[in-house]
This record gives sequence, structure tokens and C-alpha cells, in this order.
Amino acid sequence: MTLEKVREILEGELVLDAGNPDTEITSVCSSDLMSDLLHFSSEPKSLLITGLNNTQVIRTAEIADIKAVVFVLDKRPDRETVEMAKQKGITLVVTRLSRFTACGRLYAAGLGSCTGVNR
Amino acid sequence: MAQNRHIEGSFHLTGGDFTNAGAASSELKSIMSHLNISPDLVRRAAIATFEAEMNVIIHAVAGVMYYLITPDLIKVVLNDMGPGIPDIEQAMQEGFSTAPDWIREMGWGAGMGLPNMKKNSDEFRVDSVVGEGTTVEIIIKIKEGKTQ
Repeated sequence: MTLEKVREILEGELVLDAGNPDTEITSVCSSDLMSDLLHFSSEPKSLLITGLNNTQVIRTAEIADIKAVVFVLDKRPDRETVEMAKQKGITLVVTRLSRFTACGRLYAAGLGSCTGVNR
Repeated sequence: MAQNRHIEGSFHLTGGDFTNAGAASSELKSIMSHLNISPDLVRRAAIATFEAEMNVIIHAVAGVMYYLITPDLIKVVLNDMGPGIPDIEQAMQEGFSTAPDWIREMGWGAGMGLPNMKKNSDEFRVDSVVGEGTTVEIIIKIKEGKTQ
């Protein structure tokens, strides 16, 4: 599924466009704990859905080869976070949906977990 | 990478500096990405290194991260001036953390740091002296390492 399709499903607002709307998203990680993400994200090309809103999220995404981050509950990343994402080429989306609903919609649309299980 | 070529360097880490937390691992990842090392190995090395770097930022006063990349392996050693780990076996358990609440609010302190380093390494060693500091050694073999 393309990143643009993901944004559409989540009724998301593109806060930072890293110029990769056609990037293929193959799986989803969702957590507010960065080490859990690093532990469970065994697949690159994942999307990260999180309620955490700081630069640590961008660093973690960069290290784990995550190309896009979705912030739930309308949490807007601050300027520092957006700036870092811009440098690292990571797209940022904000959705008003909760984490549960955002994950549910993407699961129903056919995306699986980045852990590779529950497909 | 040219045969027998060794690339090495180091980064200084400052405890509590969350603004630059992860910058060393990010730069090391960038260096590795330009060296014709498979993306899977680069990713594993980056995750292990990042976790180790965050431990220094969270727990120690300061530290140094050394790296050595040869055609055969990626080796990263982190040496810190920190509180030390009284019980390494306990610290290696998934979910065990001594990080305070404000660290958790930043997204860290899940108790997965050391387990993640071990998971992503081919060889992993922790030496610690309480009151002095901790040394972590991460080795990822470029040839004949484990695959994920």
C-alpha cells in the first residue's frame, strides 16, 4: 500500500512531505516505547504509528529504516522534530484518530504487523 | 570496501544531552551505509549502537563510543562513566529497567535496551563496575553472521 493511500485511510494531514508518497508501506509498528519498536520492528519499509511526539521518535525511525511516522490524536510535532524529519527524509502525518482506530483501519485494509506475525 | 581496509573512529557522548541523543549512532549508520555492507547488517548494527548510546545518555555522566569496521566485522565499544550495573543478569532480562518516570515519558526505559543490543549482535559483552562505569562491546560479523 502506498504512503498516500495510508494517509487517505487515516484522514491524515501531511505535516512534512519527504517527497515519497509512492513509497510502498508493507507493515505497521505502533508503540510509544522506542525500545519496543526497535525490538519488534523486524521489517524495514514499516510505518510507525505513535502518540509520542518528540525528536526521539525521528531518531528511532531513522535507525529502524522507518520511512513515515503517523502522530495520533492530533498531536502536532514541534519545529525541532519536523526539522529533524526533514533532514532524514521521513514523512510526517497527523491524524485526529486514536492509535487503536488508526491501527484498526490499516489492519482492515490489509496491512500487517511489523513483527511479521498476525498476518 | 577495499580489501583489508579498516575504518575507525570515535564519538564523545554527554549524559543527559537528549538534544543530540542518537546523533552518534545516526552518523555511524550513515558511514556504514556508504560501505557496501548489506542493509540488514547496517540496520542491526545501528539498532544495537543506538540502544547503547541511549543508555549512556540516560544513565551516565559521559561516555565514548569507538567503532571499527573491517571487511569481516563491525565492532562498537561504548565506555561510560556511569553508575555501573550491579546485576548484569537482571539487567539483561526483557522489561527490567531502572530508568526514572521522566525518561519513560520520553519513550525510553522499556527495559529492552540490553536485550535489543544482544539480539542484534553476533557477539555481545557487558562489563561493569558499580560506581565507576560500564563497557559494552557489540560485534556484528559481516561474513557468516546470524541472519534475521
